[in-house]
Amino acid sequence: MNEQALLEGLVEAIRAAATELPTDVTRALEAARNKEEATGVVQLDAILENVKAAREGSVPMCQDTGIQTFVIRAGADFPLLGKLRGLIEEAVRLATREVPLRPNTVDPLRGGNPGDNTGRFIPYILWEIESGNGCLIHLLPKGGGSENCSALRMLPPGAGVKGIKRFVIDHVVACGGKPCPPGVIGVGIGGGADLAMKLAKLSLLRPIGVRHKDDVVANLEIELLSRINESGVGVMGLGGRVTALDVHVEVAHRHPASLPVGLVYQCWADRRKTVSINAAGHVEVT
Amino acid sequence: MDKVLTTPIDESVIRTLHVGDTIYVTGCMFTARDDAHHLLLHAESQGEKLPLEPGKMAMFHCGPVVEKVADGWRVVSAGPTTSARMEMFEADFLERFGTRLIIGKGGMGTRTLDALQRVGAVYTHFTGGAGALAARAVRRVPAVYWLEELGIPEAVWVFDVEHFGPLTVTMDAHGKSLYDELELTVNKNLEAIHARIEEEE
Repeated sequence: MNEQALLEGLVEAIRAAATELPTDVTRALEAARNKEEATGVVQLDAILENVKAAREGSVPMCQDTGIQTFVIRAGADFPLLGKLRGLIEEAVRLATREVPLRPNTVDPLRGGNPGDNTGRFIPYILWEIESGNGCLIHLLPKGGGSENCSALRMLPPGAGVKGIKRFVIDHVVACGGKPCPPGVIGVGIGGGADLAMKLAKLSLLRPIGVRHKDDVVANLEIELLSRINESGVGVMGLGGRVTALDVHVEVAHRHPASLPVGLVYQCWADRRKTVSINAAGHVEVT
Repeated sequence: MDKVLTTPIDESVIRTLHVGDTIYVTGCMFTARDDAHHLLLHAESQGEKLPLEPGKMAMFHCGPVVEKVADGWRVVSAGPTTSARMEMFEADFLERFGTRLIIGKGGMGTRTLDALQRVGAVYTHFTGGAGALAARAVRRVPAVYWLEELGIPEAVWVFDVEHFGPLTVTMDAHGKSLYDELELTVNKNLEAIHARIEEEE
């Protein structure tokens, strides 16, 4: 299998993720613009103009090009399985120079920045190994401003669904304009603390407007979205009708004593790309 | 017609601005994040001669993506960073340097709001993340200071800009803050939302 083709595909996907907003997000922003007035319109027009300028100039749509995050769904028989981490690290180094990306990896204790977006555990890779011989690599580069608005609440199970709703809505409102709304609110319910956070982040891979397959979860998503938009926080936290473009919820079973709720806030620059490789080595970026 | 302010900006122009106005800026601005604020204030307090005049330029809370080119630097992407982190420095900064226009996102606190009124300055919001739009308005990068010490995102970059914006005035020189007014509305809405959640089950 051709390693070079995969490496090039990964670099191309990193570039495309940084410079081209997915169509579902652009459409959602355009729909939001039609609902807004005054400041909301000024801000959304600036966002849409910015998205266009980034695409046309092939430059990052936001100066915070994020921590490079990859979700790998690979078949156990995928021939390059053992080489994926090395290839991804190399692609991140190349893309940092070529796109270019902002060097965003800082040593928390010693200080210092290697300057190539790699470091201990970074790029961050989540692995899901299944049966088969193909591989999907999802890219989710995410900025620090919105990531700082992530939250975890270990609710007492007695707080119930009401408690979940209040936590999510109150947190989104408290964040105001800091995470660059309108974006997507990812919510993970159940599991332990780490699983709730992981599910919240993985939920962001789902395109805007796609509801959870389980009706109960889907209805919760719809309700949370309406309530959040009733808050009036608005675009960039400057007031208005649209605070979130969507809410995505994922659910795991919980321990009888725990009701963890994880929340991961994604900004309007909801950047996503996917690299798919089949067993024959054909690489596609979508 | 867009309202365009040219640097250096006169105090009388700043006093005509009100919360909700949309403006653009042409001229010179410098970037300053946490470390740059700290460094500039420290240098000034030690009586050091600064290489730039922060009072004559707009200040941009920004850590840009830049690229080295043959004749200097090119700005690739340069949206605003969260201004709240600079609250601990900003009132002092405005008093000491007399900067009249702050560009950032997310707003600032009451100490800054008071200083804006005293000094005659405004805080404006530039669309978070709109890095490509900002970069397009930069004509030239005449200088960069403390690049070695602070690194690319934290260094003090001087941008020569044309029609940079849109900038929404969210804190004016009359003691008004859009954030304070909005907080009252949002809190009222939140009470209604809580009541609905209680009713539903």
